[in-house]
Amino acid sequence: MSDEPGSIFDGLLGGDSSQWAFGTDFEDPLAGVDATTPDGVDPAELAAYCLMLGDDALIMSQRLSEWCSRAPDLEEDIALANMALDLLGQARLLLARAAAADPGVVPALPEGSPVPPEDALAFFRDDRDFRNVRLAEVANGDFAHVVVRLLLFSTARLALLERLRASRDHVLAAVAAKGVKEVAYHRDWAGRWFRTLALGTEESHRRLLAALDTLWPLQAELVAPHPLERSLDRAGVGVDPASLREEVDAVLDQVFAVSGVTRPERGPLAGVGGRTGRDGVHTEAFSRLLAEMQVVARAHPSGRW
Amino acid sequence: MNARHHPAAGRAREPGTADAGRRAAEVAGQVRDPEMPMLTLADLGVLRGVEVTRDAGGAEVVIASITPTYTGCPAMATMRDDLVHRLNDAGFDRVEVRIVLDPPWSTDWISERGRAALRAAGLSAPGPAPRRAGPVPLTLGPARPAPPCPRCGSAATRLTSEFGATACKALYRCTGCLEPFEHVKEI
Repeated sequence: MSDEPGSIFDGLLGGDSSQWAFGTDFEDPLAGVDATTPDGVDPAELAAYCLMLGDDALIMSQRLSEWCSRAPDLEEDIALANMALDLLGQARLLLARAAAADPGVVPALPEGSPVPPEDALAFFRDDRDFRNVRLAEVANGDFAHVVVRLLLFSTARLALLERLRASRDHVLAAVAAKGVKEVAYHRDWAGRWFRTLALGTEESHRRLLAALDTLWPLQAELVAPHPLERSLDRAGVGVDPASLREEVDAVLDQVFAVSGVTRPERGPLAGVGGRTGRDGVHTEAFSRLLAEMQVVARAHPSGRW
Repeated sequence: MNARHHPAAGRAREPGTADAGRRAAEVAGQVRDPEMPMLTLADLGVLRGVEVTRDAGGAEVVIASITPTYTGCPAMATMRDDLVHRLNDAGFDRVEVRIVLDPPWSTDWISERGRAALRAAGLSAPGPAPRRAGPVPLTLGPARPAPPCPRCGSAATRLTSEFGATACKALYRCTGCLEPFEHVKEI
């Protein structure tokens, strides 16, 4: 990292870059991709929608990354890191797409800062500007907690991405087509562990039910439509998540049935005046997540990495 | 190299670019995958095209297109830089690398030569990628029939994890020769 003239790291980044595999420059993740906004769509709305889907992936990825070196065994540690990486990749494209649609969403950085737009969006926005569902942000718990969170999250995301493949926006359609393949692995991983923990020992069963009870009130938000999602669905660009409810319920019921678990009855976690994660209303845990995720980047707004 | 360079208007094919195109494709076709160096990017199906055009000023520009295997594949930057460096070394001063997101990469694009190279390196090559219409069915059982051991050929193998050292691989263990091995996941 280097953000001061005369830094000992200057030599690494300057001069003849051909000796390094990495480090020629920041790459544009959408280089060569047609990123024009489809006809009849408000670029600001498209950008806000990309932030919703991108922030879901980014924040979920951050929580999964926190599992590194903490999983019950090496294989599951690697599995969680893989899923975090897939979601980080989706987040990167979606945030870059948001910035390309409406550069106005990108926070201002010091003149000459080399931070690319998707990083500026990830590291320099405040909590109220994040559009992710609250399920993605609540603090980690035990292994059952991450299994339940991933099951609820990836069941809804998979259904959404499947529909989004038909988006009139080329980037969204392409991210969705690729994401379907990735998230299908995530959902099935979570489904298998859900069943294993439910049918395992008394202790694993107890922990699984406790995690489900804690997280269930956050599930409804995944399939609750924001007005923006509805309007972009009508425009053939986005997906109204309410239209996914039946499919999402069917998959969850299938997992509950093979696991001998009854569908929880707890009601959804209330928002503030009807506003939730999609509107920038978040939980207390989110501030601490952002603090940890953003602190180094914010300390060096002109840093090169 | 500037990945953000956008093609100049009015660029057209001109005599001489066909030979250069073949040469550029040959050079790019030899660049290897940074994570699985037994494979070239072409054999992996990641290199989607190489062409040589001229910009408005008449300068020769190589345009190479690559697609990520997985969205978060951290090797993309290395692949791009390797392509640029190899083409630069071969005398092509201007190289643009473009990202192709659509259609998404499939393991079906791994060439026969690539599959043979995977097996020779002790990896298990992917079977046919799933083709489905409609929602992806929930799979709580094995994602695929257990592949035979690439070392001893035994059919008695067991899945260790659907996730491995890179995004594109699952981990298996042979109960015959007891060796672990990696399987390239069908996507």
